[in-house]
Amino acid sequence: MSFQEVVRFALRGLSANKLRSSLTMLGILIGVAAVILLVAVGNGSAKAISDRIEALGTNTITVMSAGRGGSTNTALTTEMADALTDESMAPDVKSVSPVVSSSATITYEGTDHDVNSFVGTTPGWFTASNTPVGEGAAFTADDEAQARRVVVLGQTVVEELFPGVDPIDKQVTVGGALFTVVGVLDEKSSTGQNDANDTAVAPMSAVRQVLTGYGALSSILVEAKDPDKVDLVQSEVSTILDQRMTATSSSTSTTSTPYRIQNASQLLETQTATADTFTTLLGAVAAISLLVGGIGITNIMLVTVTERTREIGIRKALGAPRRVILTQFLIEATLLSVIGGALGVAAALIGSSFEIVGVKPVIVPSSVGLALGVSIAIGLFFGGLPASRAARLRPIDALRYE
Amino acid sequence: MSRPVLEVHDLRKIYGEGEATVRALDGVSLVVERGDYVAIMGSSGSGKSTLMNILGALDVPSSGTYHLDGVDVSKLADRQLALARNRLIGFIFQAFNLIPRTSAVANVELPLAYAGVKPKERRRRALAALGVVGLADRARHEPNQLSGGQQQRVAVARALVTEPALLLADEPTGNLDSHSTEDVLNVFDQLSTAGRTIVIITHEPEVGARAKRLIRLVDGKIVEDNRQSPLHQPPVGAFAGRHAQ
Repeated sequence: MSFQEVVRFALRGLSANKLRSSLTMLGILIGVAAVILLVAVGNGSAKAISDRIEALGTNTITVMSAGRGGSTNTALTTEMADALTDESMAPDVKSVSPVVSSSATITYEGTDHDVNSFVGTTPGWFTASNTPVGEGAAFTADDEAQARRVVVLGQTVVEELFPGVDPIDKQVTVGGALFTVVGVLDEKSSTGQNDANDTAVAPMSAVRQVLTGYGALSSILVEAKDPDKVDLVQSEVSTILDQRMTATSSSTSTTSTPYRIQNASQLLETQTATADTFTTLLGAVAAISLLVGGIGITNIMLVTVTERTREIGIRKALGAPRRVILTQFLIEATLLSVIGGALGVAAALIGSSFEIVGVKPVIVPSSVGLALGVSIAIGLFFGGLPASRAARLRPIDALRYE
Repeated sequence: MSRPVLEVHDLRKIYGEGEATVRALDGVSLVVERGDYVAIMGSSGSGKSTLMNILGALDVPSSGTYHLDGVDVSKLADRQLALARNRLIGFIFQAFNLIPRTSAVANVELPLAYAGVKPKERRRRALAALGVVGLADRARHEPNQLSGGQQQRVAVARALVTEPALLLADEPTGNLDSHSTEDVLNVFDQLSTAGRTIVIITHEPEVGARAKRLIRLVDGKIVEDNRQSPLHQPPVGAFAGRHAQ
């Protein structure tokens, strides 16, 4: 008896119970699709997070004051920033950008816009913070030295103040002073609640004159020569800052340093670890759904074969060899699980092209193989086991089976 | 004279152990020649169904030998047993045992499919067999659309489609009313007239009366073996059956 013939028998067996067959397939479909899709969502969110952090620049560290307000003993000063450029003490530092920032209202021809962070810094900041200028140009070191009132605007500010107008060379009013727009920043991927594009950057000297005064710096952005040397730079920076600050801070606190260092690559690691946990969690939930689906398959296979034990007896009495019967039931089980699994993969692939809860899912190929493999293995094992038991029965016992 | 279709010697079948031992068959010896029409009668529990299952190679005896068309069935492995069931025996059950949700013609084709006959040839022979039992016009119907008598005749068609050496029928009329019984028995008479070897089990005297040879089984032993009509002539019921049709 040819294999083709057995396949035809199996198909007839499946189509004789269309509802049950399609429900079984649906169970497998949902299990497989859930595993693939949930793992893809977890993976996608992890990727999104790391993309955002990489956009911040992975080879920089940010030094911030740990103290509150402007108390002098914890304040960061421009002298400290200058000290960090010391070649002998900090050989791996590429650039140092002192940053002052405050919120400000920018006005252009009667239109107001409140900008969250009006940043005053040095020209090196643009490359260090991975914030390239799209249109126009950044200000220069000369602008900084002369405290020229020029400003580079973020995309959101441009959209608010200059709808349909080229902002370059226009004059805006900030804190009562006129600033000339010299450039527009490239659009930046946003980090959640804070709009990274709602910003304006101007020379630090000008910002200090107009907005913040000559107090403490908000932060110092230190760029390492190489992403691998970030940790080295961090320790160099701490050494210098410790020297500079102990004299004044020993009286207040010896246990904690008066400053904080934020390291983008550390942040990245932490976030990636969090995202991995998240993926594992989603994967576990999905695996449970696959398991439940698998139990469903098992149950239906057992019922199907048990219910058809009599049929197996009839077939044996008509001269069907054990091998043919076993093959027929194995093919039925395989078809159910393979078709169900394939439809599940298809559903997951279609589902992954949509955004799910704000995350673009990224399919993990191994999850496809795993989900498909598990569902097929379950189908084969639990379809094959009772079938082989029934095929081994003496025909008379199979016929009498109730 | 050719070798007998069926030859059993000192067949025993014992169920259970110790105190609960039941001797379903207790030394049955029997020879059935080609073309014979044998009815085995006995009350419930006389061991006739056990004998039938052993003759049909569906069950194995505890001891004794069984030669089917010259082949020692007790020495066959699973594969050859399947082959023997397929080629040598046509089995008709009391409960019809058609495959549900499968058309009559597909049911009749089944043994041919297991024998490896090509689909076209299979369809032709299945339709011919359905014609023999008078159901050619019901080929497309599924079992639940057929009456009991029709289902049993489909089962008969299925049993004879492979042209087996031996037709075995286990209480073929047990689940049928008198009219359907008549239909099925007429088919048997016809087949016997055509020279087929038939062994039939029954507890109904009128069924036994139409066979050429009647065997009575009591407590697993043959107590009576009567030739009712000559081996090489049509059975007694054949004429009555013809007229009744």
